[in-house]
Amino acid sequence: MASVTITVNGTPQTREIETRVLLVHFLRDTLGLTGTHVGCDTSQCGACTVTLDGMAVKSCSLFAVQADGRSVGTIEGVAKEGKLNAMQEGFWQEHGLQCGFCTPGMIMAACALIERNPKPTDHEVRVGLEGNMCRCTGYTNIVKAVQTAAAATAAGKR
Amino acid sequence: MSETFFGKSVKRREDARLLTGKGAFVDDLKIPFTTHAAFVRSPHAHAKINKIDLTAAKAMKGVIAIYTGKDLKDSGVKPIPVGWLLPGIKVPAHYPLAVDKVRHMGDAVALVIAETVYIARDAAELVEVDYQVLPALSDGAEALKKGAPTVHDEAPDNVCFRWALGDKAATDKAFTTAHKIVKQSFRNHRLIPNAIEPRACLASANAGTGETTLWVTSQNPHVHRLIMAAFVLGIPEHKLRVISQDVGGGFGSKIFIYPEECAVTWASRALSRPIKWTSDRREAFLTDAHGRDHHTEAEIALSAEGNFLGLRVKTVANLGAYLTLFAPAVPTYLYGTLLTGTYKTPAIHVDVTGVFTHTTPVDAYRGAGRPEATYLIERLVDLSAKALGMDPLEIRRKNLLTSDQFPYQTPVALLYDSGNYQGALDKALTMFDYPGFRKEQAAARKEGRYLGVGFSTYVEACGLAPSQVAGALGAQAGLYESATVRVHPTGKVTVFTGSHSHGQGHETTFAQVAADELQVPMEDVEIVHGDTGIVPFGMGSYGSRSGPVGTAAIHMGAQKIKEKAKKIAAHLLEANEKDVVYEGGKFFVKGTPGVSKSFFDVSLMAYLAHNLPKGLEPGLEAISFFDPGNFVFPFGTHICMVEVERSTGVVKVLRYVAVDDLGRVINPMIVDGMVHGGILQGVSQALYEHAEYDENAQLITGSMMNYVVPKADDFIGVELARTETPTPVNPLGIKGAGETGTIASTPAVANAVMDALSPFGIQHIDMPLTPGRIWEALRGRKEA
Amino acid sequence: MYASEFEYYAPGTVAEAVALLGKYGDDAKVVSGSQSLVPMMKLRLSSLKHLVDLRKVPGLTGITESGGFVVVGGMTTHHAVSVSELVKKKLPMMAEAAGNIGDAQVRNLGTIGGSLAHADPSADWPAVLTALDATLVIASAGGERSVKIGDFILGPLTTVLQPAEILTQVRVPLPQGRYGGAYQKLPHPASRFAVVGVAAEMFLDAGGAVQSSRIAITGLGPKVSRASSVEQALQGKKPDAAALKAAAAKAADGIEIRDDLIGSAAYKANLAAVIAERVLARAVARATNR
Ligand SMILES: Cc1cc2nc3c(=O)[nH]c(=O)nc-3n(C[C@H](O)[C@H](O)[C@H](O)COP(=O)(O)OP(=O)(O)OC[C@H]3O[C@@H](n4cnc5c(N)ncnc54)[C@H](O)[C@@H]3O)c2cc1C
Ligand code: FES
Ligand code: FES
Repeated sequence: MASVTITVNGTPQTREIETRVLLVHFLRDTLGLTGTHVGCDTSQCGACTVTLDGMAVKSCSLFAVQADGRSVGTIEGVAKEGKLNAMQEGFWQEHGLQCGFCTPGMIMAACALIERNPKPTDHEVRVGLEGNMCRCTGYTNIVKAVQTAAAATAAGKR
Repeated sequence: MSETFFGKSVKRREDARLLTGKGAFVDDLKIPFTTHAAFVRSPHAHAKINKIDLTAAKAMKGVIAIYTGKDLKDSGVKPIPVGWLLPGIKVPAHYPLAVDKVRHMGDAVALVIAETVYIARDAAELVEVDYQVLPALSDGAEALKKGAPTVHDEAPDNVCFRWALGDKAATDKAFTTAHKIVKQSFRNHRLIPNAIEPRACLASANAGTGETTLWVTSQNPHVHRLIMAAFVLGIPEHKLRVISQDVGGGFGSKIFIYPEECAVTWASRALSRPIKWTSDRREAFLTDAHGRDHHTEAEIALSAEGNFLGLRVKTVANLGAYLTLFAPAVPTYLYGTLLTGTYKTPAIHVDVTGVFTHTTPVDAYRGAGRPEATYLIERLVDLSAKALGMDPLEIRRKNLLTSDQFPYQTPVALLYDSGNYQGALDKALTMFDYPGFRKEQAAARKEGRYLGVGFSTYVEACGLAPSQVAGALGAQAGLYESATVRVHPTGKVTVFTGSHSHGQGHETTFAQVAADELQVPMEDVEIVHGDTGIVPFGMGSYGSRSGPVGTAAIHMGAQKIKEKAKKIAAHLLEANEKDVVYEGGKFFVKGTPGVSKSFFDVSLMAYLAHNLPKGLEPGLEAISFFDPGNFVFPFGTHICMVEVERSTGVVKVLRYVAVDDLGRVINPMIVDGMVHGGILQGVSQALYEHAEYDENAQLITGSMMNYVVPKADDFIGVELARTETPTPVNPLGIKGAGETGTIASTPAVANAVMDALSPFGIQHIDMPLTPGRIWEALRGRKEA
Repeated sequence: MYASEFEYYAPGTVAEAVALLGKYGDDAKVVSGSQSLVPMMKLRLSSLKHLVDLRKVPGLTGITESGGFVVVGGMTTHHAVSVSELVKKKLPMMAEAAGNIGDAQVRNLGTIGGSLAHADPSADWPAVLTALDATLVIASAGGERSVKIGDFILGPLTTVLQPAEILTQVRVPLPQGRYGGAYQKLPHPASRFAVVGVAAEMFLDAGGAVQSSRIAITGLGPKVSRASSVEQALQGKKPDAAALKAAAAKAADGIEIRDDLIGSAAYKANLAAVIAERVLARAVARATNR
C-alpha cells in the first residue's frame, strides 16, 4: 500500500492504494471518474488517454504511484462550468463519435494535438491520433471534428 | 406547420453524455459489496481435463468461491442453446464452463470469485489444471480430412451440417452450354471484431425478492434474458432483468449469449452477491465470436457476350469449437441466398459444409455472410471480365438487374424489394472519372507506378426478418420488433423500443421518427432502450434491422396513438371523428383550423378521463409489433482507387467513392457515419486484418500488437453520395444502413489491387492483401 | 491488465537508486517511461517485487552539447528528442526517429534510456544510435562506466546492464566534415515497431565520394546489426543512384531472418534493401547539402 496525492482536474486527491493500481484504475475505481476507459491491455488503443502534467499519456501505461505529486486531467475536467470545449463541440458538430467508447481518450489526445499543432493538415491529424483506435467511425468524421475544433480555437484566439 | 425531422442531420442527443465522460458502460457501474470474477482459461486448443486443483487458490485471502464446469453442470446449468437450426445439424453441448474437455484456446475451465479483481486474478493463476493435451486443428478444410482430430464425438467427421440451395440441375446445364467457365478458389479469412469496449457483465441477485439483475454488453438484452432464463439457468423469465445501457460498439460480437455472463449470473445467485467481470483485450481475442473463415471453390459460366449463365459455389465454413447463437445461419441463409448479387444470373447452386475446429466460435460479424458472398461475386465478375477481355464496367452493365425487374425473384430464394442499380453506378461515375483514371493509370505505369481501380456493385439483404420465413428456415425466434409509445398527461412522449443502440444513435433518430409522426417537438420525445425491466419486449439490433424494423414499430405505435387521440379530440370538438384532421400538432374539423384541440389538450383529457367518448379506455399508450413482410435490400456502387508499390508491396488507398441506396434516410449525418465506419472495416479485411492460428491451433494474432485494428492514418476520408429508392417493405421506406459499407468495400479494394497488379499477369491473391503477400506474388514476375 | 503486487520506491539520487537495486537484485527493476515495463507487468510477463522509479532523480533528462558530443539524459523522452532544436539541427535523423516511435502518448513518456535498456529487437533507437556511434554512460554503486553502443545490446531484451546499474546518459559524438544521416522504418501495421528500420550516417570526402559510413539495421534479426557489406560496398564510391542501389541490395547480408506473419525472410531482406536505398539517398543528400 502507498499513499498518493494526485491533483485531478485541479483538485488534489489523497488516497491509500495498492502500488499495483494503474493510474486508469485509480481514476475509474478509486475516484469514480469512469469517463476514462480501458479498451486494451497492451497500451495500444488510447481509450485511457489523459493528461499528465499537461501531456497526453495513456493512463493504463503507468501506476498511480508514479503520478504521485503530479497533475492529471481527464475528460470530466474538459468542459468548464458546463460549457463544452471546442474539441467536444467539434466532435458533436461533425458526428465524430458513435458508440462513444473511444471518445474521451480521443478528445484528450486531440486537444493535445491541436495545442502542439494548431493548424494541422488532415494527414497530420491522422498521424497525430495514431495512438487512439476507433472501431465505429472509420475516422473520417474524427478528422473533420478536429479540424472544426482547430478552426474554432484559432478563431477564438484571434 | 410544426417542424419535421425526418431526413435532417439532427445532432445526437446521446453525445451530451458521451462527450463529457458521463456514459454508463457496464464497467462504469458500481454497486456496493460487488465481488469480482476471473476466469481460468485453457492455454491449449484441445485437451482432456484430468484434474483441477483449487487448494492453493481457495486458500488465498479474499477468495470467495471457485467453480468448475462440473459444479455448474451438477447444479443444473444447461448448455447454451443455438438460435438457428438446420436439417441434420449436430449441436454439441456448450456448457458455460468446460466440463471434461477444452476445445479452443481460451475455453474457460473455472470461475474465481474474489473480493477484488486483483485477488481474483492472483487466485486464477494459482488454479492448477492437469491437462492431457490432444491433437488440435484450426483450419476448416483440414477438419474434413481423414484422420483429422475430432472436435466433438457427436460429429466424428467434424461436419456440423451440410446445406445446399438452388437448382442444381439448371446450374449444371448452364455450365454445359457455357462459352467460358471461370474458376477460382477463395479464402475468406477469419476476423476478430474488436469493438473497443470489451465485453463485461455485472450480475446482482437479490435473495430477498428472488430477482436477478444483469448488466451486460448486449446488442439484444431481451434475447439475453430469454435464453439465459429459459434455457441455461432456469430462472423464471420475469425474475431476470437484463440491462444494456451504453454499449461500446458491437459489430455482431455482442449479440451472442456468452459463457461468461451465464456463469457470472449463476454464481451471483449462488452467492447472493453482485459479481462483476470485464474482459481483458487478451480474453476478447480468444472468446469474442470471430467472423468469416470460409474456404470456397467457385465457378461461373459465361456466354461469349459476357452474360452470366450460372454460378456454382462450394464452401467450407469454419464454425469454431462450438455453435453460438446464430452461427448456423451465417454461412447459409445469410450467405447462399445473396449469391445472386445485383446480377441476372439465372441459375445458382451453392453447397455449404459447416465444420468444427479447435478455434474460437465463429458467428455474425458486421455483414455476416453477406460480405463473404459479395466478395466472391464481385471478384468473380472481375475475373470474368478479364477472361473475356471485357472492361469490368461493361460486364457489370450487361448483367446488372434493371429497375423494371423489381420486385425480382432470385434463383436463391430471395425476393428483391426495389432497386436502381444502374442509377447508383451512374452516380458514382459522376464522382469518379473512369476514363480519366485509365489515362492516369497508363501514364503512371510508364513511370513504374501501379494504380488500380476496383468496383463493387453490390446488394445486400438486411432488416432481419420476416418471422414466418425465418421460422421456416430454422430460426428459433421471431424477428419482428416492438415499440411502446407512451404519451404522458402533459403530452410528452416516451418511446420504449426493443431495438438497441450501441453507437447507432437511436435516441436521436427514433425521436426524429416519433416526433414527426406525432407532430410534437423532438425535445418532447424520449427514447428508452436496453432494459428488459422497462421495455416490454424486443429483439435487439443486428443485421441492420433497427431502421427498417425498429422504426416501423414506432411508426405503427404512433398511428395507434393518433387514432385514439383523434377519437378523444372529435369528442371534445363535438365533431364526427371522420371530419377531424391532425395537422401541425392540432386536431380540428377539416376547414376550421381556428377551433382546435392541441396534442396536449387531448393527452391531458386521456388521463383526466372527465370527458371521453363512451366506452373508450382512459390513457394514451400503444404497443406495436412490426413483423416485416420481407428483407430489405440496400445496394450501391463503391469505387476504390489504389496504388501498389512494386518494391515493397505496400498498398495505398488513394480514393474511395461510395454511392449507397439505403432507401429513405432518417438522419443523413448518422447514416454517413455508419457507412464511413463500415467501409473501413471492410477495407481493413481486404488489407490488414487476419486472425491466424499456428499448427497447434494457438491463436498467434492474439493482441493489438499483432492483429491490426486500423488507425486513423491507415485510411483516407471517403467520398459519399446516395440515391434513394424507397422500399415498400416498411411504412417509412427505410433500407438498412449498418452493414453496407463493410459488405461493399472489401471486394472494391481487392479488385483495385488486382487491377493494379494486372500488368504482371496476376489474377488473384487471397486476402488480406498485405505487402508481404503482394510482394511474394510479384516475385520473379515481369511486366507483360 | 492487473499486475502482481510490488514495493514502490522513488529515490532522489542515482546513489539511492542503485543502492535499492543492489539490495533487491533480480527482484528489482528501475522504471523510467513505463512504456515497455508496465505493459509487461500488466500481462504478468514480468513479476518483479521492487520497482525503483527514476522520476525524482535529478539530472537524468535534457539534451546539451558539450565537448564535441550531444549529451542526452537517459530519462529524456522520445518527444523531447524529437522537438529539440539542437538535435534537429545537428542530428536530424535522431529527431526523425524519435518522432516516429509509437504514438504521441508513448513518446510523451517513453525514454531513450528505457528503450536501450529494454533492447527490443524491433526498437528504433538501437539502429539510430549505432549509426551515430553513441556511447552510453552507466552508473552503479562503484561509479560510472562507458559502453559503446555496439557492445551494449547482447540479444533480444538483453544488454550488458547489471541489475544494479542505471543508464544515465547517451553521448552522441558530433560528426565532423560533410556528413549526413537518415533513418526510416517500415512500421509493423499493428504495433508500429520496425519491421525493418535502417539508419545510416554517411561521410563524404571533398570530392563527394563516400569516405566512410555507419549503417545499422533493426527489426530483422535478434538484435540491431551493422550492415558492414553495405558500408564496404560504398567505401570510396561516388554515391550515385546506381552505387547506392547496389550497396543497399546487401543490406540484409549476414542476418538470419525468420519468416513470420509479416512475410517471408526473402521479403524482409528485400524490404531492408529498398529502405536502405531510400535512407542512403537521403543521407547522401543531407551530406551533400551540408
Ligand atoms: C503502443 C506502443 C508503441 C511503441 N512503439 C515503439 C516503436 O515504434 N519503436 C520503439 O522503438 N519503441 C516503441 N515502443 C516502446 C517505447 O519506445 C518505450 O518507451 C521504450 O521501449 C522503453 O522506454 P521506457 O522509458 O518506457 O522504459 P520502461 O518501460 O520504464 O523500462 C523498460 C526497461 O528498461 C529498464 N530501464 C528503463 N530505464 C532504465 C535506465 N535508465 N537504466 C537502466 N534500465 C532502465 C527497465 O528496468 C525495464 O526493464 C512502443 C511502446 C508502446 C506502448
Ligand atoms: S487501455 Fe490504455 S491504451 Fe488501451
Ligand atoms: S465511437 Fe465507437 S470506438 Fe470510436
